[in-house]
Amino acid sequence: MKHAHRNSCLDREVKNCSEEMAKRLSAIFLKYRKDKDDLLSILQDIQDEFGYLPEEALHLLSKEIRVPENEIYGVATFYAIFRFEKPAKHRITVCLGTACYVNGSSKILDEAERKLGIKAGQTTEDGEVSIDHVFCNGCCGHAPVVIVDNVVSGDWSPTKLNEAIDKFKEGSS
Amino acid sequence: MSEDMWSEAKGAWKALMNSGKPVIYLGAASCGRAAGALVVKRAIQSELKDHSIDAQIIDVGCIGPCFMEPLVYIQLPGEPPVVYNNVTAADVPRLIQNVIIDGTHLKDKAVGVLADAPKMGMPRFFDHPMLAPQVRLVLRNCGLIDPTNIGHYLAMDGYLGLKQALAMTPEQVIEEVKISGLRGRGGAGFSAGMKWKLCRDAPGEMKYLICNADEGNPGTFVNRILLEGDPHAVLEGMVIAAYAIGASQGFIYIRHEYPLVREYVQKATLDMRQLGLLGENIMGSDFHFDIQIRRGALAFVCGEETALMASIMGHRGMPKPRPPFPATSGLWGKPTNINNTETMGTVPSVLRMGGPSYAKYGIKGSSGTKTFSLGGKVKNTGCIEVPLGTPLKTIVFDIGGGMVEGKTFKAVQTGGPSGGCIPTPLIGTGVDYEQLTNLGAIMGSGGLIVMDEDNCMVDMARYFLSFTQDESCGKCVPCRIGTRRMLDVLERITRGEGEVDDLLRLEELCETINKGSLCGLGQTAPNPILTTLRYFRNEYEAHIIEKRCPAKACKALMHFEILPDQCIGCEECKGKCPTGAITGESKQPHVIDQKRCTKCGICLQICPPKASAVAKLDNEAKEAIL
Repeated sequence: MKHAHRNSCLDREVKNCSEEMAKRLSAIFLKYRKDKDDLLSILQDIQDEFGYLPEEALHLLSKEIRVPENEIYGVATFYAIFRFEKPAKHRITVCLGTACYVNGSSKILDEAERKLGIKAGQTTEDGEVSIDHVFCNGCCGHAPVVIVDNVVSGDWSPTKLNEAIDKFKEGSS
Repeated sequence: MSEDMWSEAKGAWKALMNSGKPVIYLGAASCGRAAGALVVKRAIQSELKDHSIDAQIIDVGCIGPCFMEPLVYIQLPGEPPVVYNNVTAADVPRLIQNVIIDGTHLKDKAVGVLADAPKMGMPRFFDHPMLAPQVRLVLRNCGLIDPTNIGHYLAMDGYLGLKQALAMTPEQVIEEVKISGLRGRGGAGFSAGMKWKLCRDAPGEMKYLICNADEGNPGTFVNRILLEGDPHAVLEGMVIAAYAIGASQGFIYIRHEYPLVREYVQKATLDMRQLGLLGENIMGSDFHFDIQIRRGALAFVCGEETALMASIMGHRGMPKPRPPFPATSGLWGKPTNINNTETMGTVPSVLRMGGPSYAKYGIKGSSGTKTFSLGGKVKNTGCIEVPLGTPLKTIVFDIGGGMVEGKTFKAVQTGGPSGGCIPTPLIGTGVDYEQLTNLGAIMGSGGLIVMDEDNCMVDMARYFLSFTQDESCGKCVPCRIGTRRMLDVLERITRGEGEVDDLLRLEELCETINKGSLCGLGQTAPNPILTTLRYFRNEYEAHIIEKRCPAKACKALMHFEILPDQCIGCEECKGKCPTGAITGESKQPHVIDQKRCTKCGICLQICPPKASAVAKLDNEAKEAIL
């Protein structure tokens, strides 16, 4: 009975969740069998579609493939790519791969943290900028590498990063 | 179809080489793009349009020397391609005007010609000091063909290895690979032929094949270069391997950070199906095999084979104890063979040239070539391929061109977080599986990071442990808690709070974690500590006893100061200091307020070389001054 109650709550939430989201999700579900083995691939597609894993989307996924939400979260939290909050407008990711680290990339990350007053993995309060790190992006020949809004580029320095952040601020004011 | 397929491709390739219009090849792998290749491409397109020039632009992969990127090769009618390096958008108008319109090559900007001999007063590109000592078997097509064009691969005798294999029995294919002496290029170095035989002999109708392209070692990008430059080589290797072991379904597990690899492999598999190189009745035989692409999701542990299989099955990527080995019980409990991308990429060469010919490369016990990603403090960074047994010295000083800014070499790190740091006295060692293991390092999947006098070896050990600690999946206690404890000790030492007993404590922890961990991640996590303790113990002792970082890299043990005698008061550092810690009048010596300084090093970088007034000093030295 308890289980039935949970489901009816879910149904209400599902109705409340925007029709648009359901539509976008069903397009993803169509690509897969309703199978637990596809869980990781489906989660990746959902994140590609929304930029993160919205809570409602995981409710719907749970019903769709008949896998309890705790298991879905078990997989989603295991892999570092998954985000559970809406991404910031601008995303700075500093590479801490060995070649980048040897060439001083941790100083770039320190400077970003200091300047924005947040730690790696966090977003500024206004939702404008987030900073994060990655362990190697495979472009080691151009170390230190920084990824700004999905664009990978090389030969960064703390000064260059300061200027990039100032540019974001100019853009938003 | 078969014979026509190659002759048609060779005809098209010949026509391209003898094209009546200019052909511009652009190094557009991820590394080229990071250096700005796409910006250069847009500049080229608009310049060609402005001059109404009819030219063909072809995106190729990376030819190896990343430090030369963006790379553009221009082929004029009747001439071989000329390679231009470090091309920026600003160079494009000059290149188009002089080279394409006037037909005069810019010798100051050209590195060489892609030809068999020097031509037009320019050397061969492959005679460049970084390229001359290399032997390109795996990377033979990288940077030379369009990776999205299966015709280009066929024109380079692609899929002839598969044709050869299908004319043999699976047992004969396995024997050929055994004769070649090919060992796993993922780092463990197990005989590829033996591995295939174990899987072939395992009972069961359904068998799986996996290509591990989850290149997770920080500082390693050889698999990316191969898959972005020549994806068909890897896929051909997979089809041959599947035939040898009797697998009908394959998976290629591609690292999340490699979207371009995914795109190229996707395109390549579609083209293969169209030409009957994948799917039912491959090349008209009764052999069926197909490949699915799986995407990694940022978990280093998924490079471990049992964790990788869990991830392919959609689960949390956690390793399992072995036995059972994947060869008998892998994906969904069926016999499964897993090989690294480079191993797969080598297989077509082995079949094409024959096992005995392949075995002539390299040294006894470690035959063939190996690709390495050369990075860190060397001048010539990029992806290289050398015969196994090549001395590290040749790699660092000849191919790598030595240290940047005239600094002193300190160590070369092989094998990523599972490997070790090799010091100057041992730099003559050849790169082969056994010799590197004897030094406490490992071959690994191909990362070679060079460090100089400014890199602190205790801090490097701390860096690698912060990585393994972060990536530990948490399943077994020695790895989960042990890596945390080792990291704690190392952090304490780099903060200058180390105790004399810490070294003994570290050694004890290293042994326990190596012996007690479930998978390779934990078992090899102590290697960076063990090798630095072995070769750079004096640096640990300096941190612990003298509270000093000899490389002046550990923030807590160093500070920046402006030397009043040398400062010219140019105000450059004052303007750029992000915390406003630098004060001083114009033309007067400046001073750093140590309380406000975050030690970001911007002042050191920005101080004009003629002054060189910013110095990194030990905290101990500071006390002596005061």
